[in-house]
Amino acid sequence: MNQILTIQHLSKTFGTNVVLKDIDFHVNSGDVTSIIGASGSGKSTLLRCINLLETPTSGDIIFHKKNVTTAQINEASYRAKVGMVFQSFNLFNNHNVLTNCMLGQKIILKKSEEEARKSAIKFLDKVGMAPYINAKPQQLSGGQKQRVAIARALAMEPEIILFDEPTSALDPEMVGEVLEVMRKLAKEGMTMLVVTHEMDFAREISNHVVYMGDGKIVEEGTCEQIFEKPQSPRTKEFLSRFRK
Amino acid sequence: MTISEMSFIGRMLYIVNNYGSSLLKGAGVTMSIALICTLIGCIIGFAVGIVQTIELKKNSNLAKKILLKIVNIILNIYVEFFRGTPMMLQAAFIYYGSAQIFNVNMGMWQAAILIVSINTGAYMAETVRGGILSIDIGQTEGAKAIGLSHFQTMIHVVLPQALRNIMPQIGNNLIINIKDTCVLSIIGTVELFFTFKSISGALYTYFEAATVTLIIYFILTFTCSRILRHLENKMDGPSSYDLATTDTLALTSGLNHFKTKKGSK
Repeated sequence: MNQILTIQHLSKTFGTNVVLKDIDFHVNSGDVTSIIGASGSGKSTLLRCINLLETPTSGDIIFHKKNVTTAQINEASYRAKVGMVFQSFNLFNNHNVLTNCMLGQKIILKKSEEEARKSAIKFLDKVGMAPYINAKPQQLSGGQKQRVAIARALAMEPEIILFDEPTSALDPEMVGEVLEVMRKLAKEGMTMLVVTHEMDFAREISNHVVYMGDGKIVEEGTCEQIFEKPQSPRTKEFLSRFRK
Repeated sequence: MTISEMSFIGRMLYIVNNYGSSLLKGAGVTMSIALICTLIGCIIGFAVGIVQTIELKKNSNLAKKILLKIVNIILNIYVEFFRGTPMMLQAAFIYYGSAQIFNVNMGMWQAAILIVSINTGAYMAETVRGGILSIDIGQTEGAKAIGLSHFQTMIHVVLPQALRNIMPQIGNNLIINIKDTCVLSIIGTVELFFTFKSISGALYTYFEAATVTLIIYFILTFTCSRILRHLENKMDGPSSYDLATTDTLALTSGLNHFKTKKGSK
């Protein structure tokens, strides 16, 4: 299998607070990997490190055999290939739905206005937001914003998309529409790395699950291994809370 | 009838009749300097603001770090010096200093524009920095996540939003500039206040001349503040939007209709 992302001995400390300890795992092309675990276990920090929004304290992040923590690769062009969807959407408030999805295409991918527009609409259509191209982010509901954010990430045609708790800021009614879009992407073979608290969803779409606790990977394996036959007592305890 | 026999209103009318054109000319100079200098000041402020908010990465090279440090120190000195001393003295210092030391005789316009611009720039630098800090960090992260550089993030995402937030402060600066150009009379710039001094000196009618000039100043500043308010409303854009269902590019045949009520399971 084609390994596109490899994390080796990754650590991150904020001052004296150790958030990530010696993280090792890899993502194959086409994988849907879910990272689960309690709040504060370092899941989001891990994603932010992968996208270089945080600088890792030590360790390596290898993307297509190139180490992105060193100057081997251009940071901006790496980020363009690794999409990110945030918990708080982070849509550009000074742009409307359409231009939010066009900005990166025009600047980074150097597409023409027309090409960028077409592809933006194509991806907005995919997430069901094409009719809203003229709306500003403030005028949308949370679920709609997140769908636009996913379209914005898709419009860059990334090789992998990182989802940082994409449904945690949404009320239950809106969670469904976002998960629906993600389900669709997973089916189409998009490589995804998802930090989530939606256990049923993780179980349904992922083929690889990583359980984190206290900044370490406690257990990882296939969906079945983690959800059906967890080995570690900590994983068992964590999952038992979702089985009521 | 001599001017000493006239009533208050009569004297004001006399000033307007006889000196109206020079007052208008003075007002024109004042407005030109204020507008040009506020614009240049904003550009300086934005440039300084961008540089001051560059964040260094741990792995950026040493030369870059040192260069940025030196530039930041110079910018800090610039901001602190021009905010911290009276513009009237700066005008005298630069205008007479350049003549005495460098043998450069600046023209009235050059000197006026230079002094007011760098002064406004110093204030604007801090205003812009505040404007940039007021924008949610998520906006920057969203832009970086699609691969934009610091400069691109600033130009396309952060500064347009910061500009909207600091519009009231830019308006403040413009109004302050309209009034503060009067200190340029120290270097002989013939603006509105200089005209007032000439008129009152020629006629010995300080009260009336001051009243007329005050009214002109007020008209200038009030008009500007209204125009700026209108501009702010325009920047906010329409408060509603249309659904683009008829757009030919929107591939309406394949439109995906979402059932928003669908549950998560």
